[in-house]
Amino acid sequence: MNPIACHAHGLCAELLPELIDLDEWGYPILADGVRGAVPAPLVDQARAAVSACPTLALRLQYPKRI
Amino acid sequence: MTRPASGPRLLAGWAETRQVADSAAHVDRYGPLPVLGAELIGMVRAAGLLGRGGAWFPTGAKLAAVAAGRRTPVVVANGAEGEPASDKDKALLTVAPHLVVDGMVLAAVAIGADEAILCVHRGSAVRAAIAQRHGDPVAIRLVEMPARFVASEESALVNFLNTGEARPTETPPRPYERGVRGRPTLVDNVETLANVALIGRYGADWFRTAGTPEAPGTMLVTVGGVAVRPGVREIPLGTTLSAALGYQRQVVHSPAVMAGAPPQDRIDWNSGGPREPADERSNSGGGNGAADSVGAVFGHGVTEPVSAVLVGGFGGNWLPLPAAADLPLTPGALAAAGGALGVGMLLALPARACGLAETARILRYLAGESAMQCGPCMFGLAAIVDDVEGLTYGRPTVERLRYRLGMVGGRGACAHPDGAVRLAASALTVFADDVRAHASGRPCAGARMAPVIRVPASGMGLGWR
Repeated sequence: MNPIACHAHGLCAELLPELIDLDEWGYPILADGVRGAVPAPLVDQARAAVSACPTLALRLQYPKRI
Repeated sequence: MTRPASGPRLLAGWAETRQVADSAAHVDRYGPLPVLGAELIGMVRAAGLLGRGGAWFPTGAKLAAVAAGRRTPVVVANGAEGEPASDKDKALLTVAPHLVVDGMVLAAVAIGADEAILCVHRGSAVRAAIAQRHGDPVAIRLVEMPARFVASEESALVNFLNTGEARPTETPPRPYERGVRGRPTLVDNVETLANVALIGRYGADWFRTAGTPEAPGTMLVTVGGVAVRPGVREIPLGTTLSAALGYQRQVVHSPAVMAGAPPQDRIDWNSGGPREPADERSNSGGGNGAADSVGAVFGHGVTEPVSAVLVGGFGGNWLPLPAAADLPLTPGALAAAGGALGVGMLLALPARACGLAETARILRYLAGESAMQCGPCMFGLAAIVDDVEGLTYGRPTVERLRYRLGMVGGRGACAHPDGAVRLAASALTVFADDVRAHASGRPCAGARMAPVIRVPASGMGLGWR
């Protein structure tokens, strides 16, 4: 999450409510551990949230293959 | 040429002569700039120097990390002191500018940098010192910045040098990886670099003759609030909080004791910076016996009890007195006490003042100094100020405040919101009795008093360029 790019559109919380909550001003709060790993069943939703962000503030990092 | 044996190091010239050191006086005092290459990095590592910009990160490790980059590095000396109540960098740049420049040159040569930039606020007097430099292997460029609070955060500094806008950027990459024009950049505080200049001259063993094994050397502190002698002074790391403030333990409101012997535990080589009044008030307090309070004792015998000290910066922590009086000033001891040493700012709050009202004023300033880039900082700090002000005037906002303090921290691109949260949270802890009284609608008399801690108006009108 790039906090400077984020302008509180809130689409991420709409598409990935399991991991993203909004604060009282509409900015996303990432659940604990989202920075670590997105659980496998939620990866498709996470991809949707990333591509829906109008300011490209959300990114999904893929683990490097060894 | 004298190697400072004990007492002040960086401010030795000022302490002795009360003269600003020009190039000749500087060389007379400290000797010529030594010829050193990459071996300086090992010397700084062995000296255990920690960064004096507030984070206390090991300088040797940072030098090595920047030197390990693929591209030619850049050195940036950070003298754009953003803390309104801190004067230590301004004092150092005023009285001993050549020590800072020496450190920049030594660091640049050690890591192979071909450019060294000294960043200061607009209107700094350091330009005259730069003009006196001759024959340095790396030329020093002076860059003047807008005097905003977050403009001296290292990503903001690099952003200003790259784009002309002094606002923080998203990290990583951190400046040591990719900084000025994409090159690995050593951003070091000016006091850190002045210490590098001394380590380069006198070595790691000499450096460790002051301070503690974990935090060697001296540090510059700015003492304010209810202070015996307000101003900048140089103390060995590990000095106790009360000694750094120039206080003694004493029985407050006891004229018999105050007329007693000269103080025992005051460090007598405190050297004031240029802001210190010339007529130093002699300290007539004394009596280390029955200690039930800590307070400032003024020359004319008036005692002012002190309830807490704001340590580290405006985004720092309140520590209660006398409970924290014997706390040694080291990064480790402060962290263990739930605080941070930060930039060595020590503001003493008199017991008659309201800690919540003072905190609210500082928070209002910090909210106004947000770069207005990240939502949690832009909206969160303003909301936190409203809650602290509400509490100050006896409105029931404390539960909402606690909730907000728990969710704003760590969500900005830089640590500015974290500092404001830290200040507010420490106020709730240290002034817990006041919080209870205010929250139940009985604000203390101090809440209606004139402010004690001087807080400037926000620099919003200055812009970011």
